Amino acid sequence: MIIAQQKPIKDIAAMVSDCRKVALIGCAGCVTVCLSGGEKETEILASAMRMMRRLEGKPLETVTFTATRQCDPEYVDALEGLVKDVDAVISLACGVGVQYLAERFDKWVVPALNTNFIGGSRVHGVWEEKCGLCGDCILHKTGGICPIIRCSKSILNGPCGGSQYGKCEISKDVDCAWQLIYDRMKKLGRLDKLMEIQPAKDWSTSRDGGPRRAVREDVMIG
Amino acid sequence: MRLQYSPNVRIVEMTCSGNIDHRVILNAFEEGADGVFVAGCMEGDCHFLKGNIRAKKRVHAVKKLLDEIGIGGERLEMYNLSSAQGSRFAEIADEMTARIRELGPNPLTGVGAACCGCSKEGGAK
Repeated sequence: MIIAQQKPIKDIAAMVSDCRKVALIGCAGCVTVCLSGGEKETEILASAMRMMRRLEGKPLETVTFTATRQCDPEYVDALEGLVKDVDAVISLACGVGVQYLAERFDKWVVPALNTNFIGGSRVHGVWEEKCGLCGDCILHKTGGICPIIRCSKSILNGPCGGSQYGKCEISKDVDCAWQLIYDRMKKLGRLDKLMEIQPAKDWSTSRDGGPRRAVREDVMIG
Repeated sequence: MRLQYSPNVRIVEMTCSGNIDHRVILNAFEEGADGVFVAGCMEGDCHFLKGNIRAKKRVHAVKKLLDEIGIGGERLEMYNLSSAQGSRFAEIADEMTARIRELGPNPLTGVGAACCGCSKEGGAK
């Protein structure tokens, strides 16, 4: 899922300081799971902002709603009636949701979250980055451990000289991905696979090729 | 046991302190409460094992938020006591009342209506 975290409330408030009525739109997708932009977080932010503005002597009226997904036009369309008379829309979705709302409505749309990475939860309340979105998955060659995002240098034939006692040179808290890969491949009895030299990666499938688009004609309607 | 404690304390019963939600606390302040204290069971005595520990963490998070928005985190406190400690409850109620008296009324009091017209639409479940 996409992992995002809420911006400091003062920063969010500053973005809508000249507005009298705002809609806070949560998202029931990834940001609900990572506890940053779901129904609960949307209501907490709305309540906190109302109190903050009352203390400033500039009361703020809020409307809250949590869309099934903000990254899907059908759910964004349904928000039309809700946002029509507000001065601004505060989106508690990832950057995708913010852009979908901004594209659909002629409104001042502001982000309440910082979108951090693609990852999963280790334990409740701890999320970690797991995928670098390179567009050409090589996890079958590395024992299910991604060297693109989990190796600080994204190297394909590791480890590098900065690997010490299983840790990366950037921090003693960061595992060396290539140590993990080696240990895993050894356990699986597939160390021979690591003897294969990986050529330079074609990064055109990643961000280097510009904004990406995926098309599935067989599922397109109309 | 007919114990006397500050009459200004209004009790909101919950099934477990672990059921406390940030929104319940914020709502109390938004509706004009001068202070809130959460009374959970003694640590280690939770029937649901970790309810009071979770409540403590949430209270801590809301205190931080109250500081950020200018209400003041010191208006909120978490206490641990067992249901058999009636006198301790009365003591806490008085202690908290004294603290809040010193802090003065909720800063929201007198700066606009009790509720500014928040409206909540039914969202995705």
